[in-house]
Amino acid sequence: MSSNFKIMWHQGKQYIPDVTTAEVPGIFRGRPIISRTKVDEHQLMELCPTKAISSHPVCIDLGKCTFCGECAVQFPEKISFTKEYQLSSNEREGLIVKEGENHPITLNPDLIREEIHRLFGRSLKLRQVSAGGDGSCELELNATNNVNFDMSRFGIDFVASPRHADGLVITGPITVNMAESLERCYNAIPHPKIIILAGVDAISGGIFADSSALNREFLEKHRVDLYVPGNPVHPLTFINGVLSLLKKGGR
Amino acid sequence: MDISIHNNEATALSAIPELAYNAFMDYNLDLMSNKPERHCVLYFGYKTGENVKLFCCIADDETHQIHISSSLVFSATVLPSFTAINHNFENFERELHENFGLSYSDHPWLKPMRYAFDRFDKSQTIENYPFLKSESEELHEVGVGPIHAGIIEPGHFRFICNGEQIMHLEIQFGYQHRGIEQLFLQKTKLLERTTLAENISGDSTVGHTTAFVNLWESLCSYVPDYSLNYARTLAQELERIAIHTGDLSGISTDIGYQLGNSVYGRLRTPIINFMQEWGGNRLAKGLIRAGKMNYPFTETLAIRLEEIIKAFEPDFEEITDKLFNLPSTLSRMEKTGVVNYDQVLEMGTVGTTARMSGLKRDIRTSHPYNLYGSSIVHEPIMKHHGDVYSRAQLRREEIRQSIGYVNELLQNVPLFDKPKNIVMTPGSGMFVLSLVEGWRGEICHAAITDHFGNLLVYKIKDPSHHNWMALAQAVQNNEISDFPICNKSFNLSYSGHDL
Repeated sequence: MSSNFKIMWHQGKQYIPDVTTAEVPGIFRGRPIISRTKVDEHQLMELCPTKAISSHPVCIDLGKCTFCGECAVQFPEKISFTKEYQLSSNEREGLIVKEGENHPITLNPDLIREEIHRLFGRSLKLRQVSAGGDGSCELELNATNNVNFDMSRFGIDFVASPRHADGLVITGPITVNMAESLERCYNAIPHPKIIILAGVDAISGGIFADSSALNREFLEKHRVDLYVPGNPVHPLTFINGVLSLLKKGGR
Repeated sequence: MDISIHNNEATALSAIPELAYNAFMDYNLDLMSNKPERHCVLYFGYKTGENVKLFCCIADDETHQIHISSSLVFSATVLPSFTAINHNFENFERELHENFGLSYSDHPWLKPMRYAFDRFDKSQTIENYPFLKSESEELHEVGVGPIHAGIIEPGHFRFICNGEQIMHLEIQFGYQHRGIEQLFLQKTKLLERTTLAENISGDSTVGHTTAFVNLWESLCSYVPDYSLNYARTLAQELERIAIHTGDLSGISTDIGYQLGNSVYGRLRTPIINFMQEWGGNRLAKGLIRAGKMNYPFTETLAIRLEEIIKAFEPDFEEITDKLFNLPSTLSRMEKTGVVNYDQVLEMGTVGTTARMSGLKRDIRTSHPYNLYGSSIVHEPIMKHHGDVYSRAQLRREEIRQSIGYVNELLQNVPLFDKPKNIVMTPGSGMFVLSLVEGWRGEICHAAITDHFGNLLVYKIKDPSHHNWMALAQAVQNNEISDFPICNKSFNLSYSGHDL
């Protein structure tokens, strides 16, 4: 028994006290900044593996971006990535970063359904479904509840049964073979319920967007409440996104 | 009559002998007969008109050679199967049957493999998988999935049980199928293909991307310098440490050992956070690139990594000492989910799923690549009981071994060139094969180019392709409540299987 205490003592303090302000180590690629410097825009667009970059003005769509950083390596005078991990938005357009702009990505408070804060503000149970996800977003969503990130301190948990859940977290580009199971899982969640798309594959299909093995009809039928970019999503991106959604007025 | 190549060696397609099917079959089965050091790393085909061109690649772990042979068959002919004689080929022939409609007269288990979108018979759908049925009134069936209780990938498990005891497990795949191999042909830019390789299986990003870039460089006759090989080797060993540590956390969870779950879980964090310090991503996406490193490994990073490993070791040893000495955890691991040597040999498992039962399969030794065989002389760690305990012990000891390799590598950090874009042009009419020992086992990628140098086929094999059957065997006669710990102790990939 005493050796158990010793082991615990040796771990020291592992949890991140403030998940909204903690600094991530190293060179994390978070919210990009696009300068007004003139570059060969065609070349820049051609570079991106997932067509996340568009021109006039130059924009990066974080819903398509794999955060590989190649554009920042090739065009350092044009594009740089900050370490800001607050990347989530509740509208698809909110994920588009424009040339010359430099402000945090936030949720649009007018679009947050009124009952979300009232019903889920202090307790949110989520059912996660991987629909063609490669396992990386799944690893990171598991990490949200390890001793470092400890998301359940905010009353946010992943549960096994959709019957116990208030919402659905989808990872992966949604394959033809998972489409029906996903729909059935969603239907099994009692109303009112939310949908969160986690990771580039879920938001836009990512590198798989042109694949014939996908069936993304689910997203045409149902309203998405939160988009969480990343490849995979960083645990802090996910936690901050969900916390913003639950707060009164989205902040 | 045959041609043999080494790992990452490109050869002219025309140099590969084309045999009549019966001779092709005899040749490959003879190669493998009573030779545990030989195993099939890839058996695949592609369609040319009404015919299917087959390629069989048998690796010899002692001579370090890979024997390649081919055959052209008319797709409507009924063929004798390799599988009837050697079970190593079971999944490969199921795949050929599903993709091209090849029929076999004596394949014992010709069921759908993954319901690929471009499969031959579209009337086969994932809702109607032909599970083995039991007519007995005493036995019952338990269906689990595709959506599981935790945050993991989808797959369906169908158990036939006698009370609590599992008599039979059949695993159905395909839910994760994203058509990756087809996308490799569809997308022609190098960065697109590298990104695809990174997304084959998210826990083996380094393994699969290394297999791809090694293959691509060989196909383009580009020789990577020491620094590129160094970065790839280092990243592979770090990935092994991280995922093995996470697996020990998962095994602890499934035992119900909370302390092990928390401590191993948090020990994984500094390793993957270091990946982020190095390449900006915790799971190393964006790190490995053909012909360059966007994020060079510097002396400063080397000092950081040394500190991290130094802090990791005592805490790892402390909890490991506990986990492997507690009677309550040992009783859950020992003699649970046993697969013996004869079984793994028959199934042709690879990586940790072979080494747990005394079958020596490790590409780092048998078909060396990157810095293996030169700077790092690797001797695989072997276990012999094939139970959860052996699989946990393997992880414990492989973590220690990888730490040794990382420390060795840190003694000599090379200088990295600034990343520059090199134009790489694939050779025309080539065949190339790349093997990598990921943390899970042997990863194999192969490519064939046409006479313009365009990709004609890109074939991917994750070790899970061979190893899932071992899980199905392991749980037989175990209690169904021990399924989670058995499953976690293998930790196989769904997306790597479904592609």
